[in-house]
Formats: sequence, structure tokens, C-alpha cells
Amino acid sequence: MDLKNIIEILNFISGFDLGGLINHIPLPKIGVGGGIEARETVDIMQTLKFTFVFVLGTGAVFGLGLAFAAKKFSVKRDPRIDQVREYLAGAHCGACGFPGCEQYAEAVVLNPDVAPNLCTPGGERAAKIVALITGKEPVVAEPKFSRIMCQGDWDRAVRRFKYEGVHDCRAAVLAGGGDKACIYGCLGYGTCVRACPFDAIHMNEHNLPVVDVSKCTGCRKCEAACPKKVIEVLPGSKAVLVACHSKDRGADTRKNCQVGCIACGACVKVCPFDAPSIDNYVSKIDLEKCRVCGLCVTKCPTKAIVDHMPTRPKAFVIEDKCIGCNICMKICPVNAAYGEMKKVHTINQERCIGCGLCTAKCPTQAIDGTFNAKEVFEKAAKKKIKKAA
Amino acid sequence: MSSEFTKLFELFIAASIINNFVFTRFLGLCIFFGVSKKMETAIGMSITFTSVMVIAAALSWVVYQYVMIPLEITFLKIVIFIGIVAAFVQASDTIMRKVSPGLYYKLGVYLALISTNCIIIAVPLINAGEKYNFLESLSFGLGSGIGFALALIIMASIREKMELANVPRPFRGMPIAWITTALIALAFTGFSGIITL
Repeated sequence: MDLKNIIEILNFISGFDLGGLINHIPLPKIGVGGGIEARETVDIMQTLKFTFVFVLGTGAVFGLGLAFAAKKFSVKRDPRIDQVREYLAGAHCGACGFPGCEQYAEAVVLNPDVAPNLCTPGGERAAKIVALITGKEPVVAEPKFSRIMCQGDWDRAVRRFKYEGVHDCRAAVLAGGGDKACIYGCLGYGTCVRACPFDAIHMNEHNLPVVDVSKCTGCRKCEAACPKKVIEVLPGSKAVLVACHSKDRGADTRKNCQVGCIACGACVKVCPFDAPSIDNYVSKIDLEKCRVCGLCVTKCPTKAIVDHMPTRPKAFVIEDKCIGCNICMKICPVNAAYGEMKKVHTINQERCIGCGLCTAKCPTQAIDGTFNAKEVFEKAAKKKIKKAA
Repeated sequence: MSSEFTKLFELFIAASIINNFVFTRFLGLCIFFGVSKKMETAIGMSITFTSVMVIAAALSWVVYQYVMIPLEITFLKIVIFIGIVAAFVQASDTIMRKVSPGLYYKLGVYLALISTNCIIIAVPLINAGEKYNFLESLSFGLGSGIGFALALIIMASIREKMELANVPRPFRGMPIAWITTALIALAFTGFSGIITL
């Protein structure tokens, strides 16, 4: 290749005229880009220039105009609304009954009838701060947790057919109500896990959801997502629950699931507070009456009643008062109390479940430590005063 | 004068009834189904929609006629009209909040929904495509708005009654609303051919 050729190439490159080139390309004889006017040739450079100027210009005008309007026509908002908004959980979960956090913040500041403790995810802290900002009574609502009212995991509950489809409970329900033989039970495809905005629900290895109460805020998102209505959102202190919704007859429930409520009535008989009742072949614990003693948990033959309370204060004998009457031994449902007649009794701490039955029945109030001890002692003291009078 | 006026009237009738946006062009169905559950919201939406439509038609006609045609950039009309409508709706939202909070609380919710609605965009686009003049554009915008209002109010009144009706379970909610819409649309096709433009 000699010098002449290279110069020729350079000339070609330097003389390269993009606009001219495009203009030489014959364009189809129709309008451009859906325009109306048909024309022979289009000056692309000119059009590009106008397009840029026009689009940028309109953008700038609109932007500046809107910014100006926002400044000039800005509405004075109560600054407390933004303060409140900052301390709410910001999950827009709707647990407060308003569409989102903004609406609740506005309502709680402007409307004196809206309570400051409605933000469940925000919990006690948010309730107190909101009450402080709005000047309302700081009533803290009891934390609520979502409870999975089914224990029939894939190992313990019978399945009618093999479901092969989208791994989602709402999809599985469409296939004949789901693959579980029990139509009331948890399907185990994790719709609630995905619905939870706080990452508080996880599936265990047997495909049963487990709620992490340290993360659960009681926002009810999972309750709404569950197509089987297995999840209930209940006060945190009510820790003893019948984890079964099966309204099948006892025998059918038993056939379908190892841990279903068979409506045997054992819990009704054992409960000292008349909390459980059987209706429609399923036991339900009245949360108003339940004192969370845990007695029914030990008596339930199918282990359908779950106890979310990790430990209970256990009973112990006040030795000075014990007269060795043996009543506690007779009453104890787990045979924790022992001792000889007319001698001081003792309570086996390993066996005791803290149900408080012995505390209530002891004629000399010699057993202390259970949840009801204080109440029983006060009652006895009052009786004594009455008798003396 | 009289022929001009007749043309405008014809356009109005054609836009509102014969070529009703909902029932014959099948535009704006999302809002149509969304707000036709209650009469109150339907009326609020109708008022907002009609006014926004007329003003959007006017604004975009001016921009189209005096800027876009001389510059030969008419192919940008979709983008620009969307921008114009959105900016206008935003601005009126801000101004309304300040000037008349009462009206804002009544209609403000709908304004946000409107900003990028297909009917609102369709009106300036059809105006540009059919080369209507300013008055014709306004008349077309008003007609379309009234037509949409008509559709919404008919539907809302039917749906309010339907709440009480014993609808078979699989048809409850959306399905029966679609079926109703289809029947009304069928009725509206009866108007076709009254006026040929």
C-alpha cells in the first residue's frame, strides 16, 4: 500500500459528512413516524435538532412550572403529621385500618377520636411516641401475634392426591380445595411466608409455617393471604390455643391427621376455668376465660393444643404452713406433689407444669409460686377478715 | 355560521354517544370498572374527567398547531401529549389543594388517577389526526367527556342495583360487570350510522 492510497482514505474519512450522507439515502415517500404530511425528503438533522430543542424545552418549562406551583401553592401541613409518620413502622400494612401510614398519621394528628396505639408493627414504642406528639392518652395495646392454627405438617397429615403445580397455597386451593385430606388444614406451600413484610414466618422442615414472635408485629397480612384461614392474630399473652380448625367428626379428623382436635372433651373436663368448649366437633378456648395454666395441653390426647409459653412459674410448698393433708397430691394432674400424711409435702419441680390447681385447693394456702398464687392468697385473707368480723 | 354550528353539534353527539369511548372504542376500561361501584364516586370522576379532557384538548391543540406542525415534529405527538396532560393534571392538583381544599378533597383522588389515562390521551391524538380546528377540538373533548360520564353513571346505577340482585356465585363481582358492559355496548351500537361525518 503506498502513500497515495492512504491520503485518499484519510480524505474520505475527513470529508465524511453524516448529514449529507443521510440526505442522500432515498427515503420512502410517506410521512415520517406516523406524521400526516407526506413529503419526498426529510431533513433529518433539522428534525433531530428541533426534536431535541422542543422536548428539552417542554421538559424544562413543565419542570420549572411545577416546581414554581409547588412552591407558590404549597399548603401548610401540620408538622406533627410528618413527625408521627417518621415513627410509624412504614410498612403500609393497613393494620391500623387506614390505607397507609400517611393516612393514619394524618388522621391521628387531626382527628381527636383516632387512638395513638393503632400501629401494631410500631408496637409500644410507636404508640408512646405518637401519644406524646399528639397529646393523647398513651394506652399501649397488647402486642398481637399471628398464630398458626394447624399442626398437620406433611408428615403428620394425610394427603388426598399429589399436587404438582405452582408452589403456592392460593394456587393449590384451586385444585379441588388443596391436596390435604383435611379441608381445614394448612397446605404448607408458604403463601404466608411470602406475604409477611417483616420476615417473621418461616417454613420448618416438615412444611409447616413457624412464626417468629420476636419479629411478628400482628399486622394481619398473613391472615389475609392464607386461603385456608388457618392463621389467626391473637393477643400475645393468650399462649394456649387449640391449633386445629377441623370441623370434621372426631373419627374423620383422626383418620386425616395425627394432631387434629377430635373433640373428645378432655380439655373441657380438665379446665378449672371453663375456658374450652366444643362446638362443631372442634374445641375452642375462650380467650377471656383462659388463664394460660397449660393444664389442657398435658391432657390433650392428640396434642392438638399448643402452648406458646416457654416456661411457667412452678409451685413450691411453704413448709411452715403445710399440714400434710394430701389434698395437693390428689389434685395434682401430673403427680408432682408427694409426701406422707401429716408430714410436709414437696413438689417435684421437674414434673410441675405450674397449673396452679394445688395453690387454689390447698386449705392453708401453703403452696406459692404459681400464676394464681397472689389472687388466691388475697381471697383467703379477705375471707379471714370476714370471719373475724 | 349555521353549518359550522351543526358540525360542532354533530361532533359532540358523535363523540358522546355514537363513538362512545367506553362502549364502542373500549378505552378507559380500568377507570370505568374501578369507579363505577358507587354513584357518588362515579359523578365525581365524571366531572373531573370532563373538565380535564376539555382543557387537555385545548392545550394540546395550541401546542400541536403552533409549535409542532411548524417545526415538522408531529411524530412526537404521543410523547408530548402525555407530557402536557400529566403536567397539567399535576399543576391543577397542586393549585386546587391551595385554592379550594373542599373541591380537592372531593375530586383530588380522581385527578391522580387521570394523569396518564388512555381516554385523556386519545382525545388530543384524535384531534390531531382528524385535523380538527380549535372549536371542533373543544367540542370533541367535551363530547368525549360527557360520553364517559354517561357511561360511568349508567354503569354505577346498574351496579348499585346489582348489589341487591341474586347473582350466581361464579358471576359475582367483576364477571357480571363485564357482561353488563357488553350488553350496554351492544345497545350503543344501535346509534351507529345516525350521523356520518
